[in-house]
Amino acid sequence: MNNQKLHEQFLQSLRKEKRWVRFYQFLILIAFFGLWELASRLRWIDPLIFSSPTKVTNLLIDNIADGSILVHISYTLFETVLGFILGTLLGTILAAILWWSPFLSKVLDPYLVILNSMPKVALGPILIVAMGPGMSSIITMGAIISVIISTIVIYTSFRSVDANYLKVLQTFNATRSQMFKEAILPSSFPTIISTLKVNVGLSWVGVIVGEFLVSSKGLGYLIIYGFQVFNFNLVLMSLLIIAIFATIMYQLVELLERKLIKSE
Amino acid sequence: MSFLSVGNVHHTYFSKEATTQALQDINLAINKGEFVSFIGPSGCGKTTLLSIIAGLFEPTSGSVKIEEQEVYGNTNLSIGYMLQQDYLFPWKTIEENITLGLKLLKNEKQSYAKVASNLLSDVGLPPVEKKYPRELSGGMRQRVALARTLAVDPKILLLDEPFSALDYQSKLKLEDLVWSKLKEYEKTAVLVTHDLGEAIAMSDRIFLFSARPGRIHQIFDVPEELRAITPFEARSHSSYSSLFQVIWKELESLE
Repeated sequence: MNNQKLHEQFLQSLRKEKRWVRFYQFLILIAFFGLWELASRLRWIDPLIFSSPTKVTNLLIDNIADGSILVHISYTLFETVLGFILGTLLGTILAAILWWSPFLSKVLDPYLVILNSMPKVALGPILIVAMGPGMSSIITMGAIISVIISTIVIYTSFRSVDANYLKVLQTFNATRSQMFKEAILPSSFPTIISTLKVNVGLSWVGVIVGEFLVSSKGLGYLIIYGFQVFNFNLVLMSLLIIAIFATIMYQLVELLERKLIKSE
Repeated sequence: MSFLSVGNVHHTYFSKEATTQALQDINLAINKGEFVSFIGPSGCGKTTLLSIIAGLFEPTSGSVKIEEQEVYGNTNLSIGYMLQQDYLFPWKTIEENITLGLKLLKNEKQSYAKVASNLLSDVGLPPVEKKYPRELSGGMRQRVALARTLAVDPKILLLDEPFSALDYQSKLKLEDLVWSKLKEYEKTAVLVTHDLGEAIAMSDRIFLFSARPGRIHQIFDVPEELRAITPFEARSHSSYSSLFQVIWKELESLE
């Protein structure tokens, strides 16, 4: 047998494995919704609380048809994306400042620990009073929940860059900002991407909680409204939409990862 | 007037537990175009001295001058520094790696692509400008690191065991390459190494250091007949082994 044939066989076995993986992923999805529907119809679970896929789907179709859901989705999505970007960006900037001044980072160390361990959503009421019950305070919630942990993780990555790369730059008389640009930042891209992935989830939490507290629009509002009027079809539909959009955001971050990290 | 002069250099490292005197009373002078090696037992401060000559940090006391200019904090001097590993930036292409120093030091509008391709052929590599470091072998990467160092036309080359991480064959080839490039461009160079054979094969003078605190123990002149030939040829020359024996005995007595 020649090499080309063997390679062809190898590729075929890879494709085969991938098909099986897809098959089982699909099977789990079908089984989940099928079981849910069945359990709801046969009253194994209370359909008033747990609803059923058909009821949720019907509600979703109705809401799409009259266009009302799109407003809520666009509000929440906008707030989440902005909070997510702000949180990561601010975290990176703060990490850069800490790297720039080792003295400052020593001074601030205990405060970062305190801020990180504090439940940020508890700041919600203060934010709302201070910034008004609008979009800006919700976006701030989305950002504030991820900014400190991003700072800590990214700063740790900045510090763990091999000192010999800096030595090389130093022999070329590089300034500290050149060192940051040429070595510190690019070698931390993988870490920054992985904090982005974590922050996708975190900023959804911040924004939804923010909407719980204050909003009259958005998916978080729909959840809390559905809960108040005991319409759990609405709650579950909102959850489903959140799951879909959170997944899309995560996929976009992965796409960015492939674009940005050429050297892996 | 000597090209590089090190005068009364002392250096002490401080930590919470102790102070360690790394270098004591170092005086040496190196002429232009000369190739010298620092050897000695571990802890003799030879790498510390090299870093001080590179201007990476200031000695506790004393001075290091190249052509009468103080080295530390001097942004006009260009110094080439090669480390044990290549430390090519993995996210930069070979071309970007080679021209990194040019980009940082000068803003000349010369064609970086041209510089990179010339240097690559100069260090005996095929045109790999657009590749990334991970696509090259260890020996090739160290050649790229040499090209990066030569790109900025440094006044002096400081070599911190640049061949120690390579396999034996690549090491011998690279020794010859570095040696001939330095002769071709008439560069002054200081090599720190653990390998006595390498020091004899490559250099004109050898400084033997003793440890704790680091001091110059003895200076050996490499005979003319070894200096004139390539490191590879030198290794099989008759005076090579006699000098090896002499320095080896000294080295033994230090440990």
